[in-house]
Amino acid sequence: MDLKNLYREIVNDHNLHPAHKYEMENPDIVLRGVNPTCGDDITLMLKIMDDTVTEGSFTGSSCAISTASADMMLDNVIGLKTDQARNLIRKFFGMIDGDITDDRELEALNDAACLKDIARMPARVKCALLGWSTLKDILG
Amino acid sequence: MTVHDIRHNISFFRQERPPVYFDNSATTQQPDEVIRAVINFSRYTNANPFRGLYDLSGEATAVYEAARKKVAAFLNISDPRQIVFTRNTTESINLVAECILRTNHSRFRIDPGDRIVVTVSEHHSNLLPWQRLARITGARLVFMEPDSTGLITDAEIESRITDRTKLVAAAHVSNVWGRVNPIDKIILRARSVGALTVIDGAQAVAHMKVDVRNTGCDFYAFSGHKMLGPMGIGVLFGRADLLEQLDPFLSGGEMIEYVTRESATYAPIPHKFEAGTVNAAGAAGLAAACDYIDKIGFDYIKSQVNTLTAEVMNGMREMEGITVYGSRNPSEHNGIVSFSIAGCHPHDVASILNEDHICVRAGHHCAQPLMQFLGIGSCVRCSLYAYNTHREVSRFIDCLSRVRKVMGY
Repeated sequence: MDLKNLYREIVNDHNLHPAHKYEMENPDIVLRGVNPTCGDDITLMLKIMDDTVTEGSFTGSSCAISTASADMMLDNVIGLKTDQARNLIRKFFGMIDGDITDDRELEALNDAACLKDIARMPARVKCALLGWSTLKDILG
Repeated sequence: MTVHDIRHNISFFRQERPPVYFDNSATTQQPDEVIRAVINFSRYTNANPFRGLYDLSGEATAVYEAARKKVAAFLNISDPRQIVFTRNTTESINLVAECILRTNHSRFRIDPGDRIVVTVSEHHSNLLPWQRLARITGARLVFMEPDSTGLITDAEIESRITDRTKLVAAAHVSNVWGRVNPIDKIILRARSVGALTVIDGAQAVAHMKVDVRNTGCDFYAFSGHKMLGPMGIGVLFGRADLLEQLDPFLSGGEMIEYVTRESATYAPIPHKFEAGTVNAAGAAGLAAACDYIDKIGFDYIKSQVNTLTAEVMNGMREMEGITVYGSRNPSEHNGIVSFSIAGCHPHDVASILNEDHICVRAGHHCAQPLMQFLGIGSCVRCSLYAYNTHREVSRFIDCLSRVRKVMGY
């Protein structure tokens, strides 16, 4: 998929109408993620109960790929046990690094699998990873 | 020379489908003559300058020192000892800051409470070294703020540069909105209070005749690669008396005069600031770039760049949701048009243009305090040079007008 189609088909929906972009009341964990090369700056907020991510949101300023990627990430991880979320993060990083290419293996990522081609756009890799690396920092 | 002659002399533009290259503030494309000068040095004159007692080393030295003379003449400086070769603008400015810290001479003394004055639009390379110097000496870093068109007023210069000011650092031309800072007035005011002046000329030297002697500045820094030269060679002009008083911050090969087990005396200027094996091939390339720019002539460069800038700004006026930063007058942009598109992040704009083989820069342009001043996180920068064409501008405007649609608007 070329970049323009990527924008048209999935990214724009999550960028223009991000379901999880809001300031959460009383989050359990708050962590800021910054991409110093472009100035993108997001704050990720989570509620975790019984080792399960029960709510997740983010605020801040970031590009469409970064915003959409964070939004799709939260679509995926809300409701998951933290271990399952960690697995998903590993899978996403594997996809972006170009180590995991099998579409069946990437099915678990749902919409976020559309960012597979970002692996071929080195300038945008950090954008796609910003939300995910912030979540990785939270969950360890 | 015309734009077509220049493009013919640059291999990059002779490719079958060269990209539209509008990132000239980041680096410029190199004419074949520049590349040839670098290659010829490596092919036929390659020996360590200054060190060999054989003819070839002498020839290498001659090429390197001829480049120094060429650069001096390019800046209207009569004494080439005032030209120090560095790697780039950043290293040139850091050299001044670090040497000031290491020198125990009343002329360079900065005490707690003294002022170091910069402009808010500085590139980080002309800010961070002064932040560090202020932190270590206890001086106060003070900012001159421009108006919304990018102009620093006389009143701002008068009020910020005071008797406590020890150093003033300013860009000659901003790398974000292309505005020429009133460096003559800044230097005059700085001199009247006895402050040192450091001018970042990285964005100026390719666009206008810079007469360093007449500006009266103490230090002037720039890079070769932003003026058609190769990467890895930069220049620091420093007034001879100041360079003589400053202690170097890099020590080692070829910057010495006499060394004992415990101590050393330094070589005369400029060599005491050029420790280690020098970039002689780069200097040869830079000299060729000076010649090439002289051949094109600044009148042509200015007229071509201003015409294209006006076309870009006119094209943008027709589009919805575009904000251009700085002056409304294209000739005050020096080929730099920084802008935002409502609702579209600059990174996305640059990526979409990249799909159409158009190179622009997006981000904070290493000028984050200016981004904060403008109330934005980042912007897109289109920067033009004399080898760009009307056709390229049309293609750029055409693709730009479709960006909002791609982004779902």
